[in-house]
Order: sequence, then C-alpha cells, then structure tokens
Amino acid sequence: MGVAKTLYDKIWDRHRVADLDGDLALIYIDRHLVHEVTSPQAFEKLCLAGRPVRRPDATLAVPDHNVPTTPRTRPIEDPLSARQIDLLRDNARAFGVELYDMTDRRQGIVHIVGPEQGLTQPGLTMVCGDSHTSTHGAFGALAFGIGTSEVEHVLATQTLLLTKSRNMRVTVHGRLGAGVTAKDMALAIIGRIGTAGATGHVIEYTGEAVRALSMEGRMTLCNMSIEAGGRAGLVAPDDTTFAYLKGRPHSPQGEQWDKAVDQWRALVSDPRAVFDRDVAIDAATIEPQVTWGTSPEQVAAIGDRVPDPAGIDDATAREAAERALDYMGLEPGMALSDIAIDHVFIGSCTNARIEDLRAAAEIVRGRRVAASLRHAMVVPGSGLVKAQAEAEGLDRIFRDAGFDWREPGCSMCLGMNPDKVPPGERCASTSNRNFQGRQGPGARTHLVSPAMAAAAAVTGHLTDVRRLTREEAA
Amino acid sequence: MQPFTTLSSRPTPFVRDNVDTDLIIPAAYLKTVSREGLGRGCFETVRYDAEGQPRADSVFDQPAYAGSQILVGGDNFGCGSSREHAVWALADLGFRCVIAESFADIFASNCFKNGVLTVRLDRDAVTAIAAEGEAGRAIAVDLDAQTVTTEDGTVHRFEIDPFRKHCLLEGLDEVALTLDRHGDHIAAFEAADRLRRPWLHDAA
Ligand code: SF4
Repeated sequence: MGVAKTLYDKIWDRHRVADLDGDLALIYIDRHLVHEVTSPQAFEKLCLAGRPVRRPDATLAVPDHNVPTTPRTRPIEDPLSARQIDLLRDNARAFGVELYDMTDRRQGIVHIVGPEQGLTQPGLTMVCGDSHTSTHGAFGALAFGIGTSEVEHVLATQTLLLTKSRNMRVTVHGRLGAGVTAKDMALAIIGRIGTAGATGHVIEYTGEAVRALSMEGRMTLCNMSIEAGGRAGLVAPDDTTFAYLKGRPHSPQGEQWDKAVDQWRALVSDPRAVFDRDVAIDAATIEPQVTWGTSPEQVAAIGDRVPDPAGIDDATAREAAERALDYMGLEPGMALSDIAIDHVFIGSCTNARIEDLRAAAEIVRGRRVAASLRHAMVVPGSGLVKAQAEAEGLDRIFRDAGFDWREPGCSMCLGMNPDKVPPGERCASTSNRNFQGRQGPGARTHLVSPAMAAAAAVTGHLTDVRRLTREEAA
Repeated sequence: MQPFTTLSSRPTPFVRDNVDTDLIIPAAYLKTVSREGLGRGCFETVRYDAEGQPRADSVFDQPAYAGSQILVGGDNFGCGSSREHAVWALADLGFRCVIAESFADIFASNCFKNGVLTVRLDRDAVTAIAAEGEAGRAIAVDLDAQTVTTEDGTVHRFEIDPFRKHCLLEGLDEVALTLDRHGDHIAAFEAADRLRRPWLHDAA
C-alpha cells in the first residue's frame, strides 16, 4: 500500500510525463477544446514556427463566444466577430482539427458540447482557453482553463508545464431543500469561502447533497469552481456519471466500455487521503441565492437585504462593497426581493443544459413575462439542447410567456455578440460572473439559478421561487 | 520571450482586491486576432467615463506615473476569465512586473509566459510599496536576487519557482524547450497510454 491519495493526486500522477525542477511537472493533456477568441494567436505562432498540431484527434474546435443567437442563415454583422470565426474555420482546416461549425447541430458552448458528445470522461486531463473548463470536472476529469500561450503549448506538444495545486475538499452534507439547486449550492460555497478561497487549490466536492446531484447539477457546481479561485473542481465518478456517458458518440463502446468503467471506478480519493483544506456545509442551510454586487462572493439568500458597507471592518473590502453598490445602483438595507429587473437571461455554460431549461419552464408554464421587463431570453447551450427542448415543447412554453427563444452560444453571458444588457439596466442572469461590464458596458447583473431567473421574469423583480411554487400547490 | 532581469521604476498603486480580467480588458477588446495594441482598452472603465473622457480619479495616464513599469495590486489579482489579453494589455501599457498580495492561478501563468514578472508579497509590504509610488519614489526589482528594494534600502524578498525564474532570466521559448527536452518522453507516454486507454486514441 502506498500513500493515501486524493482523486486529484491520482489523475496528476497518471499524467506525469516528466518531473522538472521545483514543483513543476510536464503533464499530458488528453483532450483540448478550442474556441475562436483565445486561439488565433496560438495558431499564428504554430504557423510561424512551422509546427503541426500534435494530436488533432484529441482536439475539437467550436465557435461559441462571438456567434450571434439570431437565425444562422443570416451573415454575422460584426466584421471582427466574423473574422475570428472565419479564422477558427481556416485554422481547423489547415491543422486537421475537427470543427463543429455554426450550422452544425452539435455546435454550442464548448463546455456543454464536450460532455454532450462523450468527449469528457472520468480521469482525463482536459483544457481549453477558457476558465470555465472547470465544468468538465463534474465527470471526475481534471479540467481547467489556460491562457493562449498554453493553448499553443498544448497544440504543439499535447502537454503543459504545471505546478501541482493543493487539495481542497468541500463537503455538502444532507439534502438541498425544495426549490434550491446546484447553482445555489455553488453561490453559497463562494459566499462562504470567497472568490480567492480556493486559489492554488483543486476542489473536490463530496457529500450526500453532491452525490444526489444529476450530471447537469454537478456541471453547474464545478463550472463555478473558478469563481471560488479554484484551479479546477472535481466530483468523483459514480453510476450517475456512467449512466450519463453510456452510448454518447465519443464514449468508449463495447468491450472498451467495460474496461473503461473498471478504470473509472478506481477514481476516488482514498479514505485516508489528506486535504490541505476542508470545508463543510449543511445543504439544509442553503436558500436560493442572489448576488447583489460585482463579485460572485457578494451574494446573499433571497430573503436577505442589501448589506451595509459601513458594517464591514476591513477597509479594502468595505471600499469594494461601496464601489459595488454604487455601480449596481442599490441602497444598503433594501430587501433583495424589492429589486426590479429589466432583463432576464437564461443561458451560459453554467445553466443552459436541458435540465436547466426544464426547471425554468416549470416556473414559466401558464405565466407571462412581467410587462415591466424590457427583454427576457433563453439561449440553449447547444444545438442538441435546443432540439431536445423543442421536442419537449419547452420552446412553446417560453415563447407563449413572452420569452425570446434563440440559437446556441455564449450570448449575454459576456456580450461579445450583439446580445448585451444596456448601460445602467439590470439583469437576472443564470451565468456565472457579475463583474462590472460583464454583460455589456455599465450592465448590472444579478446571478441566480434558472428557476429564480424564471421567477424574476414573471414577477418583474427578484423573487423567491418557492413563493411561486407554493402558490401553485395552494 | 523578452528576458527579465532587473527593473527600476516608480510603481503605479492600484491596490484593490479581486481585480478581475474583465476589468483589466473588457470583452469588446477580445475580438482582436493579434497580441498588440490592447493598451487602449486596458482598465478602460477605470480610466475613462461613459463618454470616453479621462477620469480624474484614475491613477493611470497621470503624468506622474508615465513610464511606470510596475503595477501594485491587492489580493486575488487577475481573477476570473483566462484571457491572456489581460497580460498583453498590461504589457502594452508598459507594465513588466505586477506586485500583489496574491494572484489568480491562470493570470500568474499567463504573465510568466509573456515575460511579465508576478511578485507575491504580504499585505504590509504591498501597502508600503504602493506608498512609495504615491510618494513619487522608484523601487528596484531584481529577479536573480528575488528582491524588491525601496529607496531607503528596505529589502522585500519574494519566492519564485526555480524553473520559471530560469526561463524568465533567459527569455526562453517554452514550446521549443519542451519539444527538445521531452519529445521522447511524450512519445513514450503516448505509446503506453494507447495500450491502457485505447478508446482515447483510436477515436480519430
Ligand atoms: S457561456 Fe460565458 S462563461 Fe461560459 S464559456 Fe461562454 S462566455 Fe465563458
């Protein structure tokens, strides 16, 4: 028996190609996802050096950040966006990398496409020039975002020079209450440990409430690991994982499936493995969450009030809260449920999978988007999610209620395409970042779960979704 | 990569916690396909108001800090998006070194790849160095000695991984280095992995 290892230690050790000086190791990368925004400068350098892509078969390119969410038959109006997407197409062709182009049904947000296609599997190392690559950790894959220079390094060498992170365990005991989702869990954890709480660490999520989550829920949870500062998030694979993967286009087939599952079952932290940091939360204490500021850690339960910066001791944190309230146009002490909303965005790699759309549609069914709203939109995470939702009739529920039903992409999550929240206007959003200007210059963002976004849409203000479900039951 | 050895400059103080890369370079500027010219968008909302006029309360663009090559930040500097554009933008504004209490992991790695040195110091040291900048005094950064020295002779030592230090001092191209030194190791790993996990290799 060797030393007890965490799941992260095991994946790390399995992928060590060489040890370098200090804490650095050369780590093999199994899968590389590429999108149009962070790859052009990497491909350019490969061209200049005359280097090929080492493993085109391990690489997939998908345009997502810039793509308009209007019908795909229309040309892209923004010439800069069009150019990035053209360049991705050219580079994919020149380097022999598979591309799910804009008109491909499989196109969508790269972190939704990977799992959907079975490209994301337990025990893999996966990277993408995008911080929310942490999403794929839901399968027990070590998945993390990288910069463009690292994209180039992976394209050329299929490896990365990495310093090993520390191990952190977040255990969520017990069961989530009705109307409380993986998104609320993620936000509550960030509220507790802060946006730098997991810096330098890989988080493993465990506990009854995590095990009870569907793959969709686990993806939402791991997605936001980066918002807690984590290098990656992990959930050990189990039968839920295997059931999700079975029969997907890139999942192992036949005998190889059995061999793979055997290997995957070993991907758990040893009982006596030591974590550098341990945090435990009781699921029963988690209420539906909503952010009030410009950092995901500035979050509270929907029943709470906007905090008063005067009550914060640390000067830097106090100034940050004051700046946030000023930017958000909020007064200390006001009830969060009194905050009126102008826009609702249901989408992004955090919450645009089929289950998210079902949860939102459940609330919207038989109701109307409040007249005070300027715009409410649903952007499915991929073409396949969109098709599935349409097969279930979810699109009609949204449309009948007054929602706009769009084509897949990142959309209003970061406003690189025409979908933006105008300056000074306020959006309830299922995305993951409420940074200043994230949804457009001057835009004000409140992060919420899909059900909470739906509740805000039909009431016109931030609302405890459990109020609406109780009304229904009554 | 441009080597980094020593640097002497007046530091620009911007000591806020959780400075995210959306703030350093907004998404609108990510449509470029080049690494150059991003300085215009760097800290745009801090430097300019909604009408595009320079803001009086911005420390950037002040003549007193012209030519500053050192930025001083707070805790969790560079968090959020992995966009390397943030580093290209800072470099385009002339910064070659960022001193902060802590850095987000991806940002720190991106800095290193572009020959920008990240120096991690405790809060008191960061505050003291920011004060030097406000007082108009230069500080000296010496990578080989791993020190930041203020005019009154106070020395702040910092830690850095030996390999990264070596690469920065020499200005090495990491891709070439990996292929030269480890090409055989990578091929051996792939051959063994093909047997262990054939489904990841036969997929093409
Ligand atoms: S949906 Fe948002 S967070 Fe996710 S990859 Fe796209 S821009 Fe990034």
